[in-house]
Amino acid sequence: MGLDFSVVPGYFGVLLQGMAWTVAITLGAGILSFFGGIIFAVAALYAPWFIRLPMRLFAWLFMGTPLLLQLFLIYFGLIQIGIDLPAFVAGIIGLGLHFAVYNSELIQSSILAVDKGQYEGARTLGLSRGQTLRQIIIPQAVHAVIPPMGNNMIALLKDSALVSVIGVMELTLAAQQSISRTYRPFEFYIAAAFCYYIINLALEAGLRRLERRIAASR
Amino acid sequence: MRSSAFVEIKNAAKSFGTLQVLRDINLSVERGQIVAIIGPSGSGKSTLLRAINELDPLTSGEVWLEGVQINRQLPPRQYEKHVNQVRQNIGMVFQHFNLFPHLTVRGNITLAPRMLKGISEADANALAEEQLTKVGLLEKIDEYPSRLSGGQKQRVAIARALAMKPKVMLFDEATSALDPELVEEVNQVMKQLAEEHMTMIIVTHEMDFAASVCDRVIFMDGGVVVEEGPPSVLFKNPQEERTRNFLRKHLARNGD
Repeated sequence: MGLDFSVVPGYFGVLLQGMAWTVAITLGAGILSFFGGIIFAVAALYAPWFIRLPMRLFAWLFMGTPLLLQLFLIYFGLIQIGIDLPAFVAGIIGLGLHFAVYNSELIQSSILAVDKGQYEGARTLGLSRGQTLRQIIIPQAVHAVIPPMGNNMIALLKDSALVSVIGVMELTLAAQQSISRTYRPFEFYIAAAFCYYIINLALEAGLRRLERRIAASR
Repeated sequence: MRSSAFVEIKNAAKSFGTLQVLRDINLSVERGQIVAIIGPSGSGKSTLLRAINELDPLTSGEVWLEGVQINRQLPPRQYEKHVNQVRQNIGMVFQHFNLFPHLTVRGNITLAPRMLKGISEADANALAEEQLTKVGLLEKIDEYPSRLSGGQKQRVAIARALAMKPKVMLFDEATSALDPELVEEVNQVMKQLAEEHMTMIIVTHEMDFAASVCDRVIFMDGGVVVEEGPPSVLFKNPQEERTRNFLRKHLARNGD
């Protein structure tokens, strides 16, 4: 049985729909990981110990255990305590929190790297500590962290394939379903890989534009 | 104890750990007066200036501005509120400008007035234009700081401080980081402020500028005020040996 890519176009719609879900999950989890990362970073640096300590534990759990296990826990585990999330939402929360922890590590070091003169300049004008953090420190820290955070976003896109195991019809699961009907794994996995590559290109182009815009203001 | 002078520092002392950088300093500045603080590096002059707006709070002593004590001992929350309030009356200009690189010139100037005085965007813009006109940089209003020369950056920093309508301006070696040919444009702006009778306290290494602009010069060394007086006396006829030594070395270094 040789390779026959002519079966692929017949499942174009299925793959395209899978792509749309992958993009939606990546965007949702990406946004959650971005803002979550900022909140975790600020809490890790400035919150009192009774917030900081449990958050440390939380971060350690998310970094030290498999993402797959975290997704199972959120989707199947939480039902037992009465939290029944749709698979799509569970996927976004799992992926989003997982990468928020990684982003938080980046943002923390970036906040600490902002020149002390920036803080003094703002405080001297009469801005409060919170205002200085929001208006001056965090925007600069986030600007500086966009390139490494972009790498996390690309990793997030690729790891979004994991949410197929909780039944979200994203690209990988769409490919698998097409395979189960046609028995053509090679062709459809290649097709799915190609689709991931396309999304990746778009994501990288978006990140590059963002970096250029920030560079223009430096 | 209420104070009659505009800015008054009483029995100021400051230590960083075991290192005492200010000892028993008393200084009063009248409204509209321009005071220069000179002295060798490590003499405590910047620390004294930074104590006035609580950037480096004193270990003991008092700082007053227009009858309000700045370094009040308060519980943390109230202290924070108090300090944010009094700092609005004290403009400060730094050696390294400390402009916000992610904001345009306009954003740098309007941020604090908008956030703290709740003025409208239109009024804030008018304020920015007014202050930029004053420092001669209106055409740079939509530039980012990275596109400006050092002298322009410092003039924007002055405009930013002035936009809060401060009662007193503090200058911490405002021209020390500038290329020599850019010093004059900043000095011009400061002279203009002097003509408008802005109360100013200026930490500087530039004796010529201090002599031409200031009403009074304070020479500090080793954390104490060694000598003070009008520039005509302090520069031409210093009474203290330490002052004479400092001025001699300084003039020799500048080659004139």
